Amino acid sequence: MTGTTAEGRIYDVAIIGAGVVGCAVFRACVLAGAQTVLLEKGGDLLEGASKANSAILHTGFDATPDTLEAACVQQGYALYREICESMNLSVLKTGAMVVAWTDEDLARFPAIVDKASRNGVPVRVLDAQQARQREPALSEDVRGAVLVEGEDLIDPWTAPMAYAHQAIANGGMLMRKARVEGGARQGDVWRLDVAGKPAVSARVVINCAGNYGDLVEAIARPSPFTITPRKGQFVVFDKTAYELFRTIILPVPTALTKGVVVTRTVFGNVLVGPTAEPQDAREFPTVDHDHLTKLREAAFRIIPALIEHDVTTTYAGLRPATQFSDYQIEALDGLGWITVGGIRSTGLTGALGIAEHVVGLYRAHFADPTPLADVVVPHMPNLVEDLPRPWMQEGRGPIACHCERVTEREIETALTDAVLPVGTLGGLRRRTRCMMGRCQGFYCTRRVMELAQTHLPGLVSPIGEGRHDA
Amino acid sequence: MHDVLIVGAGPAGVNAARVLRKAGVRNIAVLERTREVGGLPRYCGHTGFGMMDFGRVWRGPRYARALAASVADVPVLTDTTVTAIEPGGVVHVATERGLETWRARTVLLATGTRETPRGPRLVSGTRPWGVTTTGAFQEMVMKGLRPFERPVIVGTELVAFSALMTARHGGVRPVAMIEENARITAQRPADVLARLVYGTAVHLETRLVSILGGEKVEGVEIEHAGVRRVLPCDGVVFTGRFVPDAILARLSGITLDNGTHGPLVDSTFRTLDPRVFAAGNVLRAVEHSGMAAREGQRAARMMLRALSGRLPDVRKAVPVERGEGVASVLPQRLYPAPKGNVTLHARVAQARKGMLRLVDERGRVLAERRVHALPERRLELPLPASLLEGVAALRVEVV
Repeated sequence: MTGTTAEGRIYDVAIIGAGVVGCAVFRACVLAGAQTVLLEKGGDLLEGASKANSAILHTGFDATPDTLEAACVQQGYALYREICESMNLSVLKTGAMVVAWTDEDLARFPAIVDKASRNGVPVRVLDAQQARQREPALSEDVRGAVLVEGEDLIDPWTAPMAYAHQAIANGGMLMRKARVEGGARQGDVWRLDVAGKPAVSARVVINCAGNYGDLVEAIARPSPFTITPRKGQFVVFDKTAYELFRTIILPVPTALTKGVVVTRTVFGNVLVGPTAEPQDAREFPTVDHDHLTKLREAAFRIIPALIEHDVTTTYAGLRPATQFSDYQIEALDGLGWITVGGIRSTGLTGALGIAEHVVGLYRAHFADPTPLADVVVPHMPNLVEDLPRPWMQEGRGPIACHCERVTEREIETALTDAVLPVGTLGGLRRRTRCMMGRCQGFYCTRRVMELAQTHLPGLVSPIGEGRHDA
Repeated sequence: MHDVLIVGAGPAGVNAARVLRKAGVRNIAVLERTREVGGLPRYCGHTGFGMMDFGRVWRGPRYARALAASVADVPVLTDTTVTAIEPGGVVHVATERGLETWRARTVLLATGTRETPRGPRLVSGTRPWGVTTTGAFQEMVMKGLRPFERPVIVGTELVAFSALMTARHGGVRPVAMIEENARITAQRPADVLARLVYGTAVHLETRLVSILGGEKVEGVEIEHAGVRRVLPCDGVVFTGRFVPDAILARLSGITLDNGTHGPLVDSTFRTLDPRVFAAGNVLRAVEHSGMAAREGQRAARMMLRALSGRLPDVRKAVPVERGEGVASVLPQRLYPAPKGNVTLHARVAQARKGMLRLVDERGRVLAERRVHALPERRLELPLPASLLEGVAALRVEVV
């Protein structure tokens, strides 16, 4: 079921938005046996909120107990661990510590421990000495920590790509550059207007539109929630810092400051962030020098040795915050519509749980198809630094990106993949790590452009005249 | 077991190989991670290469070909990445055959230099396509690809004017060059040339505030004398702020110097791992390729002496510290000797007029000269090695 759709075809399900949640719901719907199309306005998957997060696989220890978010995160956490190996997705075992720097922070420990126990997540309180025993690089100012052994790190891009990949390999349809501009319900069928493309018809629409969730919701009804994107800026340190520490360092959330997370990434870097800045714009978040400088300084206060390490890059992400603290997920019975809104930063972990919940709603409210038998399971390429990568293999061919050690073959494979070829330069970077290293493309941009130019038009243009060579 | 492994086939590495080969060292190999010999000059379209090593003046690509031809009789292994060097001359190599471990009596780090991209500069704004460095821009143009047509060039080091020349060759017309300082970093007539020959205005005392645009660069916000304005453009070229590409040394645990950010070396080009030498722009950023070539040759002669056990005892080296006004000094360790000269190189972070001095631990001035020091320019202080006899520690300062 690839290629363009014939007009007149009616899908069981149309999902709007190919972020991590949309991709997980896509997979769950296809595997549940629904004829499903995923509509994405961007040129590739993960171009919105899911582009930028802190890549933590959350236990949900700090979720508000008995909320939908807590349930989805816990289920998503368990499901990820269940399926990851079969798709060659990995988990970097790190654990996390909520670290106290003040009396006020320490005073919050009992509440944190209590919440964790109500969420069924085992935690352990460490005194200052124990905290530094576990992570000697922590600042001497540390007063104590709550250790959450179950918090880990994942590759935040390969995982959702694997979900989408599996959906497509099992008959799902992905349409990129397919911005849904409106729609109308005619009888039992939604007819969705797609900019510059034929309308798409489906019996049920699932709104996974992330930062555009309220705007898309307005197609079905006045949106009960309003999205105020919350911006988070991040600073990425060089891979030289990777060995400094292992555990994710979380702040004690207080009324005054949220604090920042300092963590490794599975790609071998160290990450500090995010800031939390409400804003109006729903895309193209900006970084700014002052906040980046403060983030970097905050990181130095937490892990002083970071001062010896260079910054590789900076980025900002937008999280779809609403006026509600919980996820906004509901099925609109008479409307053939499922709302999946306000999925905040926990969505990376929660996605698989959300998807199960959504399929449950779909079955309960709309249709009860027979689940697919003989499911195709994709084997995703590994980008995790600690595991074998193609550059290490015999017959690897030339390396295009030397900082991240990405082979030309990896890039060509991503560009020409039969199931899910890369759609944007950002997509190529997320899929292969090219241009993501410490030189940020100084050495590899030209080669990447040569390889990508026919597949991703518009990045470079040929120079007709004036080419010079001695 | 190799007598010599050279990491990097740019001007320094190739020139070292030539000298070693000529001296009869046979068991030698040059390991180059890209597919080609020549290093950064491969993509520098302007002239001025080759004087120091070939006595000719060529454009970069021609010079790169000459470098390649000059080591036709030396095994130059391209597509070969050195991933780590362990003490004792154990060299980890990633090749087409997989991961291998080699051994060498001596190793030369000639891994060169690169520019500082946007990330570490903590520049504000969105993150669109069209933000690049001179190196990447020149490489694209050399291969017939143009990522933008009307970029802004950030910085005024010499390489910024090289970017301007490349732009012209590629049919790219820069909107402006911007420089935070009151004068350009390169030698002065360059700005006049930029304006007259290329029609590109140089905005001094002007700061890049932020990058604008969605998928692609749409402009930059700049600030001059407290006034901000938007300059429409479709690309941003961050030029210069070269840094030694010393990551292999760092990941191998070879001590780096806090001033140069390259490997800490003595006057024989030896790092603190006595089997490992370093030459060229990995030592400090940045000098012209001729300097890198000459350093490669000189390092090779030191390695010849190392192979026959004729280098001075490392314990006799006198450390040189950075003093007032000095951003970096090279080499960072000197040997006293009854005859011969050594030359110290120093750089300043800010423009400074005064005396460049070498002082010993007792405050005695061993050598000095009057300088008008500018950032990114080399200050040389030659001195007889005999002056170092009996000295325990040295400091270089501009006062």
